[in-house]
Amino acid sequence: MANALKHDGGGETTEGSEMAVHAPAPQTALDLDRVIHERMRLGIVSALAVNDRLSFNDLKKLLKTTDGNLSVHARKLEEAGYITCEKYFEGRMPKTEYQLTSPGRRALERYLDHMEAIIQATREG
Amino acid sequence: MADPQPVRPRLVPPPALHLRAMDNLRFIRETMEGAAFFTAVSGLGEVAVGVTAMAAAWIASRQVTTWGWLQVWLWDALVAFLITAGAIVWKARRSEQSLFSKPGRRFALSLFPPLMAGALLTPVLFFSGNVAALPGLWLLLYGTGVVTGGAFSVRTVPVMGMAFMALGAVALVSPPVWRDALLAAGFGGLHVIFGIVIAWRHGG
Repeated sequence: MANALKHDGGGETTEGSEMAVHAPAPQTALDLDRVIHERMRLGIVSALAVNDRLSFNDLKKLLKTTDGNLSVHARKLEEAGYITCEKYFEGRMPKTEYQLTSPGRRALERYLDHMEAIIQATREG
Repeated sequence: MADPQPVRPRLVPPPALHLRAMDNLRFIRETMEGAAFFTAVSGLGEVAVGVTAMAAAWIASRQVTTWGWLQVWLWDALVAFLITAGAIVWKARRSEQSLFSKPGRRFALSLFPPLMAGALLTPVLFFSGNVAALPGLWLLLYGTGVVTGGAFSVRTVPVMGMAFMALGAVALVSPPVWRDALLAAGFGGLHVIFGIVIAWRHGG
């Protein structure tokens, strides 16, 4: 867990290539889903959990980030199968919208359970 | 003799795991709250509903029969529903959001049962002569719906519901002569105040 938590809040440089696609479900209490553990990706998944779909611009405003940063993290979530991306034109304007998938929702639920388990364990200990 | 100085700067210990976990949970909750505003009820719509309720309270207070009084408030409920629905559509279009998003559906499904209960109890109480109980019942049930519906929304919404419930509790034990003043304070004043807060903090 300590190793996993050191990634918290970090950017791309803290992660390495090991977590590019399909992070396995946590095997033990010490395994975190590193795909959504990173702050920006956790923010994307959390925001999509309470909205059917959100546009790229809405997510960018909400998470107060840049185009490049959001693109990179959204692509990682897409590669993991946690979100889907739809691109289309509205008139002449290109639009990008994201949606949370069922595996993505389950991953967020597992992550929430994981965090609560850590807090619970500390209280009991 | 002076204390020996450490050769190396002292390392800052990492925060405890449970503190990191709590911080992560807080981050998730705040992100969800921030994201939910895209589909929340329109604050400006609530202000408009509040203004019509104040007008309704003034008109209702001038009615000489209880049937006339009830009709004024039923018409106001219809007008409030139309304003709220129109404002939600306007806000959803303005922010390019789906009307049938998950928070929107959840809010509507949570708000509907208490309102339905109020709609069924109103004629029962009216025709059994318990008109004095109606203001408290309406405020209490509307507040209940807003609290449950707003549980997953921005904090302002459930707080508004609790204010309605508190006012409803007061109305239940207040003399009948206060009924229009309490309804004006609730459906008028609380809607205007919280509508301004929602519009100011969460847009529209």
